[in-house]
Amino acid sequence: MRLPGAAALTLLLASPLGAEIRPDERRSDFHQMSPETRAMQTDDTANPGMLAVLDGEALWRAKAGPAGRSCADCHGDARITMRGVAARYPAWNAARGTPVGLAGQIDICRADRQGISAWPAESRERLAVTAYVAHQSRGMPISPPGDPEMAAARERGGRLFTARMGQLDLACAACHDDNWGKRLGGTPIPQAHPVGYPIYRLEWQAVGSLQRRLRNCLSGVRAEPFPYDAPELIELEAFLMQRAAGLPIETPAVRP
Amino acid sequence: MARALVNIPKTARRGDVIEIRTLISHEMETGYRPGPNGVLLPRDIITRFTCTYNGVEVFSAELFPAMSANPYLVFTTVASESGTIALTWTGDNGFSQTETATIEVA
Repeated sequence: MRLPGAAALTLLLASPLGAEIRPDERRSDFHQMSPETRAMQTDDTANPGMLAVLDGEALWRAKAGPAGRSCADCHGDARITMRGVAARYPAWNAARGTPVGLAGQIDICRADRQGISAWPAESRERLAVTAYVAHQSRGMPISPPGDPEMAAARERGGRLFTARMGQLDLACAACHDDNWGKRLGGTPIPQAHPVGYPIYRLEWQAVGSLQRRLRNCLSGVRAEPFPYDAPELIELEAFLMQRAAGLPIETPAVRP
Repeated sequence: MARALVNIPKTARRGDVIEIRTLISHEMETGYRPGPNGVLLPRDIITRFTCTYNGVEVFSAELFPAMSANPYLVFTTVASESGTIALTWTGDNGFSQTETATIEVA
């Protein structure tokens, strides 16, 4: 009789997704990496993400636009003024009526204060300034803002996280809530906390944003990736930051 | 100018083996990869790295298209005398960059 086995398989495929990760079990993907990759991240002279941070520092001081204004002209010393900022993003932007990610906020600053167009998504400059700003929060716990508007965005992001999608019919939660710590092929499945973005990913041989990583996963489950800066990606990010609340920022993290 | 991170001890005792760690920002475009239009992107890599210690070459390496982007090189040498350590990367399209550091040997 093969029926009971088949019935069990059907049950597994149709079963609802499991529970969230218990707060005391939440930890950074850093701990699942090889000792060599961990050493690369912790040594600032070996971490290739630091090259982007240094680029960002130069861009922070570079005057741009018709007003000839730099980030530093308004914000001063980033080491003081930007400390903890990345731990709070995405944040609600009342003027625009949308949640805005850290890179999106840099775009807004460029448009409103410097009077120049935004850098394209995943451009070297945009990643560098984002990495420089986020680096100032290294070691600080992720602390999502309490605005009620953000709660609604987070809820939409959470629904996306648990929604099965793509030809493989997988939800984010099917791997990262239900099966973290196990392996998919040869690769460990992480809990997927966005603690170190922009990250230097060895597979990319470059620095990339959380949105790039999310789009990777979406095409991995054979779903159509949301375009860069789509509201869905910001909402997912807002949800993930809430899910990772309390974990320290690692930017620039190194990931395999 | 590419951005480089160099880690050389500032002081050492005579005869110590010192570790030199270098990281430089470079695309290391292999020449085998098609661009968005399907045409191969021309090769653009660092081809040679040398380290001189007071003008004497103590380490050199040849680099090839299989090297990762942003190459990270670690090597050791013996601290023999106080002076200057110069690191030079050269490559395609006239790429050339030198970083120097001073070391105090007691």
